[in-house]
Amino acid sequence: MTILTFTIILLAGAYLAGLVGSLTGLGGGVVVIPLLTLVFHVDIRYAIGAALLASIANSSGAASAYVKEGITNIRLGMFLEIATTVGAVAGAVIAVYTPTNTIAILFGAILLFSAAMTIRKKNQEALITGSALALKLKLNSSYPTKNGEVGYQLKNVGAGFSIMTLAGIMSGLLGIGSGALKVLAMDSTMHIPFKVSTTTSNFMIGVTAAASAVVYLQRGYMDPGIAFPVVLGVLGGAFTGSKLLTRMDPKVLKYIFCLAISFVAIEMIYNGYNHQF
Amino acid sequence: MKKLISKHFFADKDIEQFIGLQLRYGVIISSLIVLIGGLIYLSQSGQLQLPPYHQFTGTRAGYTNFGEILTGAIGMRAKAIIQLGVLVLIATPILRIAFSLIGFVLEKDKMYILITTIVLTVMMVSIFGGLKV
Repeated sequence: MTILTFTIILLAGAYLAGLVGSLTGLGGGVVVIPLLTLVFHVDIRYAIGAALLASIANSSGAASAYVKEGITNIRLGMFLEIATTVGAVAGAVIAVYTPTNTIAILFGAILLFSAAMTIRKKNQEALITGSALALKLKLNSSYPTKNGEVGYQLKNVGAGFSIMTLAGIMSGLLGIGSGALKVLAMDSTMHIPFKVSTTTSNFMIGVTAAASAVVYLQRGYMDPGIAFPVVLGVLGGAFTGSKLLTRMDPKVLKYIFCLAISFVAIEMIYNGYNHQF
Repeated sequence: MKKLISKHFFADKDIEQFIGLQLRYGVIISSLIVLIGGLIYLSQSGQLQLPPYHQFTGTRAGYTNFGEILTGAIGMRAKAIIQLGVLVLIATPILRIAFSLIGFVLEKDKMYILITTIVLTVMMVSIFGGLKV
């Protein structure tokens, strides 16, 4: 295969990854890794480097829109970023000592979990009285809805912070945004309305990914020949996805995609188990 | 009327708008640099055989630190230009934290000045801390 052919096919694949990632809320990174490893047989370390870049591009692009709308809770994001960045740097360090087959199996497991999280019931209710710690840290806020500004408070700050540390470690280890774990921490544990938790999670993904991306760049995980089609493709796909989202409800697509991603996850686990990475 | 609304509110909204714009421009600038580098890369080596990506070469491939990337990009080396775009992309969220810090300083929110400084410090440790194992 020539470089030109590889670039064109990967560009198209990354575009689809960005499109599907933004329509389902899973992010482009989780699709980029199986695409590169299972389809193109690229070493998983290059795939992780490329997926991190895809996560940053996706997150920064989408966050710029959400921040302007005032849905994102910037204080909450910043506070939890202590957990995710420390976790991400730790994860990137652990990655050196982890065999690539173990990483593939772990990735498959996280993928299955993310698929399950995507189709779960979402927390729409705003909590009226939160915990004392949430008040002290000024984490309670409000967000715009169709019926005007709605105030919300949150609880279980410590538990949420712990899950965020785990999300950071996974992000640094696997090169993904760990959006599913972030939403679990905010939505299910801290009882934040899901619109706030998804946008704040998206806002945080860029920072978390950047924390481990610098480490990976210095280790040579980021190959320009792969980064070029992946970054441009994912950005283009995510842009199309965000335009489509305002016009359609991707509910059916979500179920189909979650089924597909589960098969991919099983294949990653199977190949990892048979030492094919 | 305007005087009745607290000054903090405006500072908060302004900085949020600014962060939104900064993120957007960061992504646009980096993708443009990547595109330019990518087109040069394709015109120079598009017809060559694909490098063996199934083998991990790591840092031997080059362009893994700022100095190397910058000298390469100034010398119009295609791969270095792409890496420069990658650097701008990684720098975008890091710069965002720095701007948030300025925002919290303007609001005189001591607790969040501290929290943001911690996050920024972790980032700096990751960049300069010699974590290159």
